[in-house]
Amino acid sequence: MNQIPEVIRTIPLEYYLFFSTALFTIGVIGVLTRRNAIVIFMCIELMLNAVNLLLTALASYRADASAQVFVFFIMAVAAAEVCVGLAIIVMTYRNIRSTDVQLLNYLKW
Amino acid sequence: MTSIILLSVFGIANLFIGFTKSKRILLPLALLFLIVVFGVNLLSWNDTQTYFNNMITIDNYAVAFTGIMVLTTLLLIPFSQRYVEEGDSNLAEYYSLLLFSLVGAVMMVSYENIIMLFVGIEILSIAMYVVAGSNKKSLRSNEAALKYFLMGSFFTGILLFGIVLIYGATGTFNITEIGAAQIATDGVMSSMFILGLLMVVIGISFKISAAPFHFWAPDVYEGSPTFFTAFMSTVVKTAGVAAFFKLMAAAFAASYAAWFPTLIAITVLTLVVGNIGAVVQSSAKRMLAYSSISHAGYLLMSLIAFNSNSASSILFYSLSYASASIAAFGVLMLVADQKGSDKYEAFNGLGKSNPLLAFVMTVAMLSLAGIPLTAGFFAKFFVFSAVLEDPNMLWLVVIAVILAAVGIYYYFRVVIAMYMQPATNFEKVRVGSFASFTLIFITVLTLLLGIAPALINDLL
Repeated sequence: MNQIPEVIRTIPLEYYLFFSTALFTIGVIGVLTRRNAIVIFMCIELMLNAVNLLLTALASYRADASAQVFVFFIMAVAAAEVCVGLAIIVMTYRNIRSTDVQLLNYLKW
Repeated sequence: MTSIILLSVFGIANLFIGFTKSKRILLPLALLFLIVVFGVNLLSWNDTQTYFNNMITIDNYAVAFTGIMVLTTLLLIPFSQRYVEEGDSNLAEYYSLLLFSLVGAVMMVSYENIIMLFVGIEILSIAMYVVAGSNKKSLRSNEAALKYFLMGSFFTGILLFGIVLIYGATGTFNITEIGAAQIATDGVMSSMFILGLLMVVIGISFKISAAPFHFWAPDVYEGSPTFFTAFMSTVVKTAGVAAFFKLMAAAFAASYAAWFPTLIAITVLTLVVGNIGAVVQSSAKRMLAYSSISHAGYLLMSLIAFNSNSASSILFYSLSYASASIAAFGVLMLVADQKGSDKYEAFNGLGKSNPLLAFVMTVAMLSLAGIPLTAGFFAKFFVFSAVLEDPNMLWLVVIAVILAAVGIYYYFRVVIAMYMQPATNFEKVRVGSFASFTLIFITVLTLLLGIAPALINDLL
């Protein structure tokens, strides 16, 4: 099992940093431009996974287990969010028969 | 620590008690649970302990804010009597979600490790997403839940990315060690660290609904059932600001110069948006939502003062804001249920039909506006005097005072509607015994703190 951090270290840290930032940015752009609640939600998951990836890379570069543990925390929290989020989306779908976020505009100033 | 364990156990126990036929027992039981937690929490006063390999520290700061948040929930719970009378089948779940979200709130004020801050924020937020949409048939409640959830998890992602960048720059999640890492490099920080710091500030600003990340707050506060709006605008805000201050004081004190301009901009924008936004509203509930944004601005002012008075002024402000806010939302809930509207006109003639409710609401509004002899006056006074320890910040206090004067306008619209406007119907608003006792208690507390602020102010 000790080889895995070494395999990760064969690629320079900058590459992981740029890749994760790119994934994160794609997620942000998706959230800001899409209209379907489920697609927005997928983009949010993409952002969280970019974070997980970067954490894993940093953990093996620093040989620090605490970042690896943080990845598990993020996964657990993301799973809880999926539960609640999909339930909310289903509840909304039952009422308006759509997952388009722009159809919900009853509240505005 | 015992308060976290007790709240979790009571939350689960409450779910099981929800299986019983009689829902009448749930309200007194929830009150009992919270009183027990409140008492047990106070036992840790002046007894600093760390737990879980130095991931959580229970110090006086944590105990004081836990006490305020539990007390706020305790004062809020009696207003759920409507759900009891309607025989709402999800009553046990509502109480449990409030107890569980309190666990997150306690973690947010007692963390020693950013992982715990993140987990605390999420425990608090996920429970809030559920209760925001608890009125399943109402489209407004659906929209509030969906907006809160999508925006909340989006900003959680930003907060996380910030945390990871800070970890990448410093190599630790412990807030004290992050602070030490900056001193070791003589305050020279990599761009990675600065970017991470900015993202963390954005993430937490969202949670306390500071402008320009406030856009969700009015919609969510208006759409959610009023009972939960009151919880969101008091407990969530208190926890968020306390966590923000703890993070800044412990981890980022050395990079003060880097985040200070950003936070000043956020604070001024929050004050302006909150106060100006509240003026143009026609619904009292939405006005209270904007007023909650403006109070986040005053709370942030004591954070940017960043001196020895900051913690105690945040504590005092949180308590006075929470008590006045609970009273305001409580009266609004009772009035809106009876009249079917949360516009200002719903309050017309309340001074004649329900003198007690009108008096409670008046005291709450005076306290929120910061009129002397109420807790709100001293709350603002302590915040402003903390800021003025640095004489260069006089301009900020001048802006805040002008905007507080704007605040008097919209708070007094409610008072004027109650006492000056003729009532459309003279139907008396029905108030349960629990609720009226709580309202009187809150009013006494507000006036007491307005006369003797030293009771709370000297704690920290």
